[in-house]
Amino acid sequence: MALSLGWHIILACFGVAFPAIIFAMHVIGLRRGNEHALVLAQRWAKVSAVLFAIGAVSGTVLSFEMGLLWPGLMGTFGDVLGLPFAFEGLAFFLEAIFLGIYLYGWGRMPAKQHLLMIVPMAITGVIGTYCVIAVNAWMNVPVGFKVVDGEVTDIEPWAVMFNPAAFWQFLHMWLAAYMVAGFAIAAVYAVGMLRGRRDERHRLGFRVAMAFASVSAVLQPFVGHLLGGRLAQWQPAKLAAFELATETEQPAPLRLGGILIDGEVRYALDIPYLGSLIARNSFNKPVVGLDEFPADTHPPVNITHLSFQLMVGLGTLLALVAVVYWFAQWRGRDLAEWPWFLRFMATGGVLAIVAMEAGWIATEVGRQPWIVQDVMRTPEAAGDNPGLWWLLGATTVVYTAMTIGAIVVLRSMARRWRAGETDLPSPYAPDPLGSEDPAATGGEVR
Amino acid sequence: MMLATTVAAALFVGVLAYAIFGGADFGSGFYDLTAGGSRKGAELRTLVDHSIGPVWEANHVWLIYVLVTWWTAFPESFASAMSTLILPLLLALLGIVLRGASFAFRKYAASLAQARLFGIVFATSSVVTPFFLGTVAGAIASGRVPAEGRGDLWTSWLNPTSAFGGVIAVGTCAFLAGCFLCADAARGGHERLSEQLRRRTIGVGLVTGAVVLAALVPLERDAPTLADGLETQAAPLVIASALAGVATLVLLARRRFSLARVTAVVAVAAVVSGWGVGQYPWLLVDEVTIADAAGARATLQALLVAVGLAAVIVVPALVYLYRLTQTEAWSRPDH
Repeated sequence: MALSLGWHIILACFGVAFPAIIFAMHVIGLRRGNEHALVLAQRWAKVSAVLFAIGAVSGTVLSFEMGLLWPGLMGTFGDVLGLPFAFEGLAFFLEAIFLGIYLYGWGRMPAKQHLLMIVPMAITGVIGTYCVIAVNAWMNVPVGFKVVDGEVTDIEPWAVMFNPAAFWQFLHMWLAAYMVAGFAIAAVYAVGMLRGRRDERHRLGFRVAMAFASVSAVLQPFVGHLLGGRLAQWQPAKLAAFELATETEQPAPLRLGGILIDGEVRYALDIPYLGSLIARNSFNKPVVGLDEFPADTHPPVNITHLSFQLMVGLGTLLALVAVVYWFAQWRGRDLAEWPWFLRFMATGGVLAIVAMEAGWIATEVGRQPWIVQDVMRTPEAAGDNPGLWWLLGATTVVYTAMTIGAIVVLRSMARRWRAGETDLPSPYAPDPLGSEDPAATGGEVR
Repeated sequence: MMLATTVAAALFVGVLAYAIFGGADFGSGFYDLTAGGSRKGAELRTLVDHSIGPVWEANHVWLIYVLVTWWTAFPESFASAMSTLILPLLLALLGIVLRGASFAFRKYAASLAQARLFGIVFATSSVVTPFFLGTVAGAIASGRVPAEGRGDLWTSWLNPTSAFGGVIAVGTCAFLAGCFLCADAARGGHERLSEQLRRRTIGVGLVTGAVVLAALVPLERDAPTLADGLETQAAPLVIASALAGVATLVLLARRRFSLARVTAVVAVAAVVSGWGVGQYPWLLVDEVTIADAAGARATLQALLVAVGLAAVIVVPALVYLYRLTQTEAWSRPDH
């Protein structure tokens, strides 16, 4: 489950953020009559078609797995947490419909009407994110039901949908999606420019992606801080694990790095007061330590702490780079001329993905041993399927194959476009076979 | 009671829509698979690409809709069905993943060899997936999924009803797809192709029809509750399905393709609804009724709001998409 979710989450980011980025590019193309922008928008749409297809099937895997792997959770709480999923399904439905229209509408619809077709995708992506995150937030802050004699009663589905943690968690994830998609696209063009392809299209592609990445990267620390500020109230044990607070300290230090070995914190750099300041917005409020919770409710501290700090570190780094880039732009200097900057940006996509995955690990592992905070433990939710390891093995193989397939196909698309082919031929049409001139098919057809 | 039945009906509409629209997409894999070598089959495969390309993702969402509605409205039965039928469901899931991914990959593949590999994966998984989904339907309809906990991992889906369910699913998918592809080919001006497809579709239709009729006999013993329902409350649907099926074959023979699409949809819709009506009021046959399986009332009401929204927002958008794909501009090949 973790594997398929961790994989799907990357594609979901593109599903959420890519339409808006394509829309921006398409608008630039139409408004300014910029041919390059139109070409880019169309190509990005084709790339998104591939990503969407595998995103859709990996999303289907998840909805199966909800039942196959977590019958205890779904059997007990299916009717509690189902409503957001229903709305997510609705949003995804619209997204899939308009993807079809937008993708195949190039040259088949009036330009303005065609442009409008991507707007629903951008909106439904946001709604879908909210709904999925609402379920996750509910697992952190369960509301909208009562447990009486072991039976779940008094279910209020709308309370789940609009639970108090949902909004901030959603905002955090939404920005993360824009960071991942923005930095990943920018990375592609950074690599291209490093290899000497400094044409107008590369510049434009880089700048538009970078704009989205930058705005979200700069806003992200604030949202993350606001979200984290609520942890002390909702999930103090998770906060303790984030901060590696073994015992309650007042004021609490900010503990950089460090791991917990045999109950001792080692190799950590403590900065006094800062822990209280960041986690509690005060110089002397305490960060409650793990010693205040029963030992069997401690999350795996080291993973939680280190992935949390990895996320914060990478996020801060990306935000700083974004600020520096635009500041230099404002002072009339283009950092994209500078190979070291491009080299960093070439890794930006991976860094953003790592930051997001680390954040996801931190929040999920930090909730353990609970799957529903203080209500249901993870083993109660899981099924007792024999052969789970086989399933994991098979899943790994399929996902690896799918990843390789996607990379091969996306690279071949890029190569053909560079070779000057604007439209990719149907793979089964006779011409690539019978074509005498290999250059006509990109010169790469083996 | 009324509320639960309404939600169950909404759920079943999803099953029906998936069987028809998703089914037609899966079915195209059958013709893709049997189209012959890469040069001979190029025209047909391009047609398949073009026909299902814009719509398959939207059609696929019906499955998600079904799953979500099921676990939200009838959570315990969902959990027990999922754990009992884990094997066919995993196989179907594998098929769904491979089908979707390789379809997208094939369209942009770098070389013919790659396209061929992705194409084979796409076509094979398209044919196989409906089979496993059909066995799942058979398992539920023959009362092999318990109300709680887990039934038998193997016999629950390896039994006569499931086997017929699987074969009928594959057949109906291919039949539907054939009718749609015939119409698309004819509209796109591919005379030879539509002729070729027409012959195959008629063949598929005859075989599938025979299997559906033949299935009624073993059902008597293997799934008595369903058989009983089919002979009484669902009898009009069974008859309607047979009539529409015959009408489709006649229309195909006379090359009235656009009309044949309609009757084919009616025939398949009638078969699938026959199953649903036949097993009413059971959700899991002989185990739990719709009313008893229902989750919290507030959730069911909220779910109906979602369904209502879907009817108002999604359906028109879907109709718009289908209409676009049938227009002249969209019938042109990709430039």
